[in-house]
This record gives sequence, C-alpha cells and structure tokens, in this order.
Amino acid sequence: MLLTITTTHSPATDLGFLLHKHPDKLQTFTLPYGQAHVFYPEACAEKCTAALLLDIDSVGLVRRYRGQSSESFSLAEYVNDRPYTASSFLSVAIARVFGSALAGKCKDRPELLDTPIPLTAKLSTLPCRGGEHFLRRLFEPLQYTVHAERHILDSQFPDWGNSRYFSVTLDATCRLSDLLTHLYVLIPVLDDEKHYWVDEAEIEKLLRHGEAWLSDHPEQETIVNRYLKYQRRLTRQAFSQLSDTGVEPDEDKHNEEETQIEEHIGLNEIRLSKTAEVIKDFGAKRVLDLGCGEGKLLRKLLVEKQFEEIVGMDVSHNNLIKVKQRLHYDRLPEKKKERLTLFQGSLCYRDKRLEGYDAAAVIEVIEHLDSSRLSAFERVLFEYTCPDMIVLTTPNVEYNVKFENLPAGRFRHKDHRFEWTRLEFESWANDMSNRFGYEVTFHPIGENDEVVGSPTQMAVFKRKSSE
Amino acid sequence: MVIKIPDPSLVILIGASGSGKSTFAQRHFKPTEILSSDFCRGIVSDDENDQTVTTDAFEVLHFIAAKRLAAGKLTVIDATNVQPDARKPILALAREYHYLTVAIVLNIPAKVCQERNAERPDRDFGRHVVRNQTSQLRRSIRSLKREGFRNFVYVFSSPEEVDAVQVERQSLWTNRKDESGPFDIIGDIHGCYDELVELLIKLGYEVSTNSDGHPTVNAPHGRKTIFLGDYVDRGPKVVDVMRLVINMHKSGIAHCVPGNHDVKLARALRGKNVTTTHGLAESLSQLENESDEFKLQVAEFIEGLISHYEFDNGKLVVAHAGMKENLQGRASGRVREFALYGETTGETDEIGLPVRLNWAEEYRGAATVVYGHTPVAEPQWFNRTINIDTGCVFGGQLTALRYPEKELVSIPAHKTYYEPAKPLQDDVNRPTSLGTHKDEGILDINDVIGRRVISTRLNHNVTIREENTITALEVISRFAIDPKWLIYLPPTMSPTATTTIDDLLEHPVEGFAYYRNQEVSKVVWQEKHMGSRAIVIVCKSPETAQRRFGVSVDTLGVCYTRTGRPFFEDTSLENELLLRLKHAIDKMGFWETLDTDWICLDCELMPWSIKAQELLRQQYAPVGSSASVAIDEVISSLESAKKRGVQVDEFLEGYQERKNAVKEYTTAYQRYCWDVKSISDIRLAPFHILATEGTVHFDKDHLWHIEMLTKLCNSSDDNVLFTTSNGMVDLTDQDSENTAINKWEELTAQGGEGIVIKPQDFIVKGKRGLIQPAVKCRGKEYLRIIYGPEYTLSHNLERLRARGLSLKRSLAIREFALGVEALERFVDREPLSKVHECVFGVLALESETVDPRL
Repeated sequence: MLLTITTTHSPATDLGFLLHKHPDKLQTFTLPYGQAHVFYPEACAEKCTAALLLDIDSVGLVRRYRGQSSESFSLAEYVNDRPYTASSFLSVAIARVFGSALAGKCKDRPELLDTPIPLTAKLSTLPCRGGEHFLRRLFEPLQYTVHAERHILDSQFPDWGNSRYFSVTLDATCRLSDLLTHLYVLIPVLDDEKHYWVDEAEIEKLLRHGEAWLSDHPEQETIVNRYLKYQRRLTRQAFSQLSDTGVEPDEDKHNEEETQIEEHIGLNEIRLSKTAEVIKDFGAKRVLDLGCGEGKLLRKLLVEKQFEEIVGMDVSHNNLIKVKQRLHYDRLPEKKKERLTLFQGSLCYRDKRLEGYDAAAVIEVIEHLDSSRLSAFERVLFEYTCPDMIVLTTPNVEYNVKFENLPAGRFRHKDHRFEWTRLEFESWANDMSNRFGYEVTFHPIGENDEVVGSPTQMAVFKRKSSE
Repeated sequence: MVIKIPDPSLVILIGASGSGKSTFAQRHFKPTEILSSDFCRGIVSDDENDQTVTTDAFEVLHFIAAKRLAAGKLTVIDATNVQPDARKPILALAREYHYLTVAIVLNIPAKVCQERNAERPDRDFGRHVVRNQTSQLRRSIRSLKREGFRNFVYVFSSPEEVDAVQVERQSLWTNRKDESGPFDIIGDIHGCYDELVELLIKLGYEVSTNSDGHPTVNAPHGRKTIFLGDYVDRGPKVVDVMRLVINMHKSGIAHCVPGNHDVKLARALRGKNVTTTHGLAESLSQLENESDEFKLQVAEFIEGLISHYEFDNGKLVVAHAGMKENLQGRASGRVREFALYGETTGETDEIGLPVRLNWAEEYRGAATVVYGHTPVAEPQWFNRTINIDTGCVFGGQLTALRYPEKELVSIPAHKTYYEPAKPLQDDVNRPTSLGTHKDEGILDINDVIGRRVISTRLNHNVTIREENTITALEVISRFAIDPKWLIYLPPTMSPTATTTIDDLLEHPVEGFAYYRNQEVSKVVWQEKHMGSRAIVIVCKSPETAQRRFGVSVDTLGVCYTRTGRPFFEDTSLENELLLRLKHAIDKMGFWETLDTDWICLDCELMPWSIKAQELLRQQYAPVGSSASVAIDEVISSLESAKKRGVQVDEFLEGYQERKNAVKEYTTAYQRYCWDVKSISDIRLAPFHILATEGTVHFDKDHLWHIEMLTKLCNSSDDNVLFTTSNGMVDLTDQDSENTAINKWEELTAQGGEGIVIKPQDFIVKGKRGLIQPAVKCRGKEYLRIIYGPEYTLSHNLERLRARGLSLKRSLAIREFALGVEALERFVDREPLSKVHECVFGVLALESETVDPRL
C-alpha cells in the first residue's frame, strides 16, 4: 500500500523538513504488523513527493489473529486485501512514521507549520464503503478537490462489476498536519473496518485528531459511528463531547439507510405490541415465543404479570446469547428470571419441551423456512406443540410495491424463502385450521392499504376444543 | 445351599449391623454391583459411620441405583434395610425400572452381631442398636411378600447357613441374546391353519402328517420360527393351529410369545369367568370336542409362554403387541401387559376398540422390534419397528418376516373368516385423524441435540460435542434440504503431509509415503477437479423418489452440497442435470446392472464460480484487483526514486516478484470461473457410486467405481458428464510412482487443482484402525487461492510449512465413518431419525475449528 504526498510549495524540498525524513534516503521503520518505508520518488525545488510504503506481513497477520472472534475474521484469511489497501494499518503507520508532522511539530522550519501549502495526497487503493459519493462528502467539506478512479473487480468478468477500491487524489492548500489528520481519521472511516479492538482510547484519538474540524463536519455522525465501530456506548459519549449542548444529535438526521431501518422498527413495534395484546386478551399464562430472535417480544411479555411462564426459543444460539445480554438476564430479579426460560430449538423437529402451553407466538418465522421444510414445521407446531392459541405473522408480498427502496420482485430480507399474498397466506392458514382442529382469524398489521393490504399479515389460531 | 438370582435384578440385603452383609456381598457379587450405605456416607462426609448424613447418603445411593437400573445392571443394596420404610424406596425403584427383586435376609442372632461389632473400634454404638435392628428384622420377615418381594426371598438364620450359600445367576426368561437366527417371524394366525401351512412351505419348511394324523414340521437348515401370538379365536382351525404350534415349540424349532387372545382362552379353559366376545366363542366351540387332556395342554402351554424375547445380542425383540425400549428385557406385570396389549390410553373409541398410543412413532431403541396385534393393510418399517399382522383372519394375508434378511413373505387369506370392526388401515400408528402424511413421523429434537455418541460399524463410537450440535442444528434447520433426501454427507479430506521439495507445500511423494507406511501397496490417483462437491441422487422416476425417499415433490432426485444445502437456486437447472444423468444411466443399463431404481453419486460440479460467486466477489477478485493496482503504483514510484539515485534495487526486485505472484494468483482463480447460462455450461464429474437400492458400494474397490463411472460418462451424448483422469500406482515400484508424479506435475502445470490419492480398496483398516480413505495433493498455483497470492515467497513459505494435520485427519476418519453409517442405515431401511443422526453428526463435526486451509 502506497501513500504519496506531493507539494509544489517553494522550495518543495521543505517537505523533507516537515516530515522529518531526508529526501535522498530510503528509511525503514518496523511496525507491529510489518514494515513501513519512506522514500522520495521526486525531490526538486519545484515539486517534491514523499512516499509512505507499507509492507504488511500477511502471513504474520493470520497467525496473529488466528482463533480470535469473528469480528476480525477477515484478518484471519491469507487471501486478504489488507496488504494492498489503505486501512487503519495506514493510520497507525502515519502516526508512527510521521508522528511529529501529524502532531504539528517541526523544529527545523517552525515557520512552515502554520503555513498552508499546496498539497496533493495520492492513495493507490482506498476502499470506500459508500462509494465515490461518500468519499466526496467526507473530503469536499474540508476543502479538498477530489479525483477518484474506481477499479473493477476483474476485467475478465465485467459482469462482476466494480470493486470498492478507488485510486484517490486529494488536492488542497492546507497545513501538512491537517492533511495527515484528515487521512488518519477518514481512511478507516471509508474502509469501515479496524484491525484492532475499539475501546475508550479510541474516543480520545478521534477527539484529538478531529478537534479542529469534526464538530462542523456535515458527516460527523457517520464518521463517529464508523470510527467507533457503531458501539453505542462509545458513540454516545463521543457525541456528547462533540456537541455544545451535550445531547445526542437529532434522530431525524439519520441517513437514508437508517431511515429505512426506522421505518422497519416502527412496523416491528406495532407487530410485537399487537402480538402481546392478542396473547394477553386470550388469557394465556404460559406462553412460547418460537423464533424469539433477539428477544424484543420477550421483553414485552416479561412486563406483563399475567404471563407466569415464558419460553423463548430460537434456532440460533447466538441470538439467545444476545437475548440474555439485552434483557440483562443475569441481573434480573429472581422472581422474574424464574418466569423466563430460554433454549435453542428448531421448528423442524418435534420437541417435547414445547408441549402443553397456552399460547405460542411465531412472529416473522415461516418465511425463513424452505418450502420443503414447511410440512415438518406444520406438524411440529400444530400437531405436536399444539398450544391453545397461536399468533403467527408473515410479510404480505402485495404490500412490497409500496416500499420505495425495494426493487420489484425482490423479497424484503435476503433470507426470506418466500413471501405470500394475502390469499396464499389465508388459504394456508385455513388449511392448517382444518387439518389440525383450529379456528383462525386474520388481522392486518400496520397501515391497511385499500388495494394491497397491510405490510404484515397476522393469523390468530385458536384450538377448537379449548374454549 | 444354592440360591437362584435373576440377572438382572435388584438384590436387597437385610440384616442388622454386624450380621455380615458386606462380607456376603463381597463374596458373591462384583464390587461395582454393590451399593453400600456406609460407602455413600463416606462419599458425602468422609466418614462411613457418620449417622447424621444418612439422608444424603441414601439419596446418593438411590441415585446411583437408578442409573444402574436404567442401564439394565444387576445391583445389590448393602444396607441394614430392616425397616419397611427403608425398603419402600428400593421397591419403588424396582417398579419404576421393571426389575425383579431379590431379598436376602441375614437373620443372625443379635449376640453374634454384637460380638462382631465389638471387634471393630469404629462401631461403638450401644448394644441396644443391634437389638432393635434384630427385632425389626424378625417382624419384617413375615411382611416381605406383602411389601412386594415375591419369588425370591431367602432367609438364613445362622452364620453357618450364610457361609454355605452359593449364588447361581440366571438370565431372565426373556433373554435369548445368544440365539441369532436366522428366524422366520410369523404374525397373528387366529386359527388360519391352511394359510399357516402354506406359509411355512413357502418359507422352506417341510410339513408332513405323522402316524397319529398330527402335523410335524421340519425346519430348513438352521432356521427357526418365531410365532407372535394370537394363535386362536375368530378363525376356522384353532385346534390344528394350536397342535402345530405346540409341536413346533416342543421340538425346539419355534419360539412362541403369547397374544392377548391366547391368554384369555387359557383363562376360559381354566374355568374363569370371561366374556366370549371377539371370537373367543369360536375357539371354545372348536375345542369342545377335544379331550380334557388336550385342553389342559393348551392352557398350560399358553400359561408357560414368556411375554417377549430378546434375540441376536439384543438386536431383535419380538412381542405380540410390541415393546418399548425401556421395557425390553425387563420383567414386571407392566411389561407383560405391554407385550399383550400394547400401549393404550385406557379409553375406547366409538366402536369400542381401545385407543392406542403411538409407541412406535416415539421408538428410538437400538433393537429391531417385530410385533403384530393390530391388523394393518401392509407392513411398514417405522423407527426400527414393524407390525406384521396383516389380518389374515379378516381376509388379509398371513405374513412372515425373515430375519436378518428383513424380507417379507406372505400368503393371502383364502377368505374373510371374520368381519373386521373397522377396515384395515395402512398403519394405525399414523395419526390418521390428522391428515394423510405418508412419512415416517417427524424428527425429534432429542435425536440431534446435546452431546451425542453415535455407534458406527466402521469406527465404533463417534462422539459429537454439544457446542458442535448447537451449530449444526441452526445450519440444518435454516439451510439444508429436506432431511429425507439427506442420506449422506462427504467427509473432509486431509492434504498430504507438508513437503520440503522446492518451493512447494504439497507433493505426491508424501501421499504415497503415507499409504506405504500404512502397509498399503496399491493406490489409485484421480484428478481433483476444482469445482464444488455435489451429492446427486437420481431416481428412475418421480414415483421412485416419492416411494423410496418419502418426499412429496415431483422430481427425479436432488443435487446438494457438502453441507446439505441445495446446489442450485434454479431448480430448472437441477432438473435438467438430473434428466441428463438419468438418460446416461438408462443408456448404460445401470438400473438393471445394479438392480436398483435410484443411485446416489459423489461428484464434483463445475464451474466453481456457481457456488463461489459471493466468495469471488467479496474476497478473491477484490484481492487481485487491489493488489495489482497497488503494486503497479509502488513499482512506478520506486522506479522514479531509483532514477534519482536512491538505493531501491532490492525493493524493486521484491515488488517485481510480488507482481508476478499476484498475476499468477488472478490467473489461478480465473481458471475455475465461467458463466453458466444453461446446462451445457455445467460439468459434473462423478467419482464414487455411493449407494443403490440394497447396497452401499464401499465394498468394491476404486477400480470398479472408476470403470463404472467412466462408462457412464462416456455413454453420455453431451459433455455435461465429465470423466476424471486417473491411474494406478504400485507403491513397491518407483517407476510407477514416478509416472503418477509426472502426471501430477503435468495437471498442476496446466492449472489443475491437483490429485486425490486413495488406497485401491475403499475402506482400509490399518494397525491403528481406519486409515485415511483419501488424501489430496494440491498444485502450487492452486494453493495461491488458499494461502494468498504471495505464499510462494520464501519468507512466507517457510512459516506456512508449519502446519498440523492430526486434527484434520482424525476428523476425516470420524466423518467418513459417520457418512458410511448413514448410507448403510438408509440402505437397511432404518428409520429416518437413525440416518439423520449420522448426517447431522458429519455436519456437526464440520464445525470443529480446524485450519480451513487444510
């Protein structure tokens, strides 16, 4: 990976003083993950270019990160872009090799420090998550002229499309320390990865290097979120330190992606509230949440004293760990904890642990099952588990036309195996009722459009013998 | 005195402190069979005489006893047990586990006990203790039978008597594990004598009439008949049937278990007041003219029958109405009741027949259970159980099951002798009120979760850790195809040991050396295609698929990945592939050659890019793209610096080398990618015929597989089926080895992935058990996509050579054993849960953390 910094300031060779590196020598520095070399491809009075060449030891990286969590999985691969791209490794190298320049120190030419000079930074391969648009939104507000050339994945397979790598040139007239600071913070933000564990120390780094410019940057929020790897605890602290009022930024300012999630959360909230309400009105005391995910419904059920026994089951063990974290399971009062049971299970297998309950919620689950597994699911739920009532929801595919961001014919979630029309869902649910002795009613969830219906459809099954 | 003790049974010693219980126990039983209260006191308190921990000590004792009883072990309780309250929980345990109980009472004079205790410094309790115990014991002797100790109560009243005791262990009556057949097991006869004789003849028995006009039967060599009961009632020739059955039983060529009808008849013959419904009246009227002697003989014969039997080392259980796993080989009223009537709810249905529970549906035992009792239209295997009562007396058939062949042989009824209360159903164990599912029941979560130990015929027990089943449950539930199709998953394959030759990591020399060390002299090599592993099942027709695999879809088969996921998102491509494969099989006449209507093949499917699309776009192509851009930039900057006179030659050289490596890397992965627009862009290279109806083909050597599959591929009109180049190597001949090495060099120089080396025989056991069924040897260029573009640079290679293969190899063997087991079980028509358990195990083992580059 190569970063070059060029100036046409006169005399251009002053760059050597600013960087504390002699233009006629190649100097090598040892870093924890490899080596960095500094040399000057050109150095005359009119124009001077310094190159920071990073030699990342890819084999060493794998050995070092082996056996660590999935967080750093990409680092545990030998086939890895890290040696060839600009990333947090480069930020570390900037801090190590150009530390004084980054900090704005220069004992030989102190007068140069505060002089804006014409500078050009070139990054051979900069991964940009968010594309050129985002790249420009990061650097243009800081008065850079941005040139970006995007590279395709493989010229033999043009169908595979573009890569996320750009060769980027940034031109500005500014202080060298500003340029280095911007690169230091924004390279990992564009890459959206960090090769080390992000903790409180990271806030300090961000605030120190972003002091002069971050609070006014229009992309401040994304920068902070990405820099701190979306860790809410850290980002909240950073935001409050960045803003004068000490409060979090307005929720409205979320970017498009988040707006979409917002919308989704709204629907999810309605869905879960309705589910809890229906089960409560039924008078159920012992309830199952089958496919409990990360436990949003469980949280609602737990606050209702009526539910004496609540079982959360999910096929993903990781989800159950998250549930425990979210509900602070280990710190729940004994009485509350006793009411909640969590275990891993699968709706494709008969499970005696699930038998004999009053009610079951099966929220946004069936669309994740392959149609070939549906018949097993049906028998497990309706024949063997057979609670007195079942609340089951699934997307209404007719409503998809109303989602602007959803291309026609695409399902709402990558893992959805099918999405049903109202007719399909209702005929399936009626078939279940007839086969297994239930009575079913249908309820729209969310805005009920005259033509395409509601975004989510809910069926409530009640077992006939259990009036 | 010799006393008889059934094995297994629960033996309880009763005697005061100092009566010699422990000495007695040690003399007659194994140390592990004896549970002593003193020992349990010691376990919980470090003091065997600490009476304050008595409650805890007995909890421990009862807990251990329960575990032993569940496992079917003879267990001796060494405690004073002089009070009824102390014996009560022990009797309850025996009842719970359907155990016979034995009481051995050491009624030794108090004085003797006290003298013995006085010699032991740790027993310094007062003399009154023993006195009390002795009097409690004396009171108890009378009440033991009433409490529930029935046939085995032994009382000894002096030290001399105790010393003279000899214990003789007796197997339970039900235990015939040493007999392994072959058997012909015959279902409910109900007086259908003519059909019975025809069936015996069809089975190869000789039936003749002796001088007094009674039938005698000679069995074909080594075979025996097992009758499943219900010999009488409803049918026309009850007397003849009884005579024949009793004769065969007497002459030792038949085992008989009683049916509920037989037992009721015996009660009637003994003059008990029974209602003569359900065909009993017919039996009684047919017996009316027989001698009292014969009637008595019938009654005694029936009364002497044992509820059920275990044969063939416990692998076969027979009973009239079936036998749950936890009742097999046990003795209690409940066991006998189950054998006669099966499991009922105690309720009756609308026509007065008992409502039955689906014990067979929940059956997960290791033993095959053959039973009758409830007529079915057609016998069907169901979780290792089969009901062969095909309702002969109701106009159905009389059916026999041959064991161990598991073939069904039947004779149709000559007429309907008795109208059934309700029409014969496919199988009453099915939940008929809940639809028409033709499947084997649903898989149970207990078949897969938790720590598992799976016994395989190749490699004994394979243990799966719980954390791995956790992962597998999610993967199978979310991504796998219908488990009914999932009869095999391929094992992982280890590479050859790391080589030090040139700039290589792998070389065939180490592969050959591995097998030579295992004393294998002939191996085969086959080209290793770089695609994705595919298991393909192809059926003669969609009906075969539905009948044999129990799936409800209208396809010719399935094509799935090594983790059990559907290979194609596009099912039309899958259908087209299956159709082409079927045509090739038709053309070769393999259906006839292999006597089958389905074939399961192990294949490699190309191009790699079909399954690896995501990986290519997310990882492989980005690395190539970024590396070539970055390195070019570096080189041009270094060249500029060089022009200025900066010393960078060494760097330039290094980067030139790296540039070439990256180029080789890109070329390496590009070779395995091409666009798939239609079926004709796909290459399927089958390399093993895994299984066909009735056979798992691992008993044939690889030459057979290669020959058959080469024929198959060559017969195909198009080039979708792809032959795999191969050769044989004689490991005692250096030239032969060199030829193969040259071939490997040639293949890998052209960009091939490499070769797989296998012993000529499919399954080879070495000195330390199974050896690797195959090792792979990959080429230098191919390994760039595994170890990164620049792995060949010497400072990288040196470090990469340090890699451990032992875990990978151990996994490969365990997964291989499980895969073979899955196929064997499927071919043996074992229940879905038994096949699924093995396949699930392979997937679980795959989640072990092994270096993914091996």
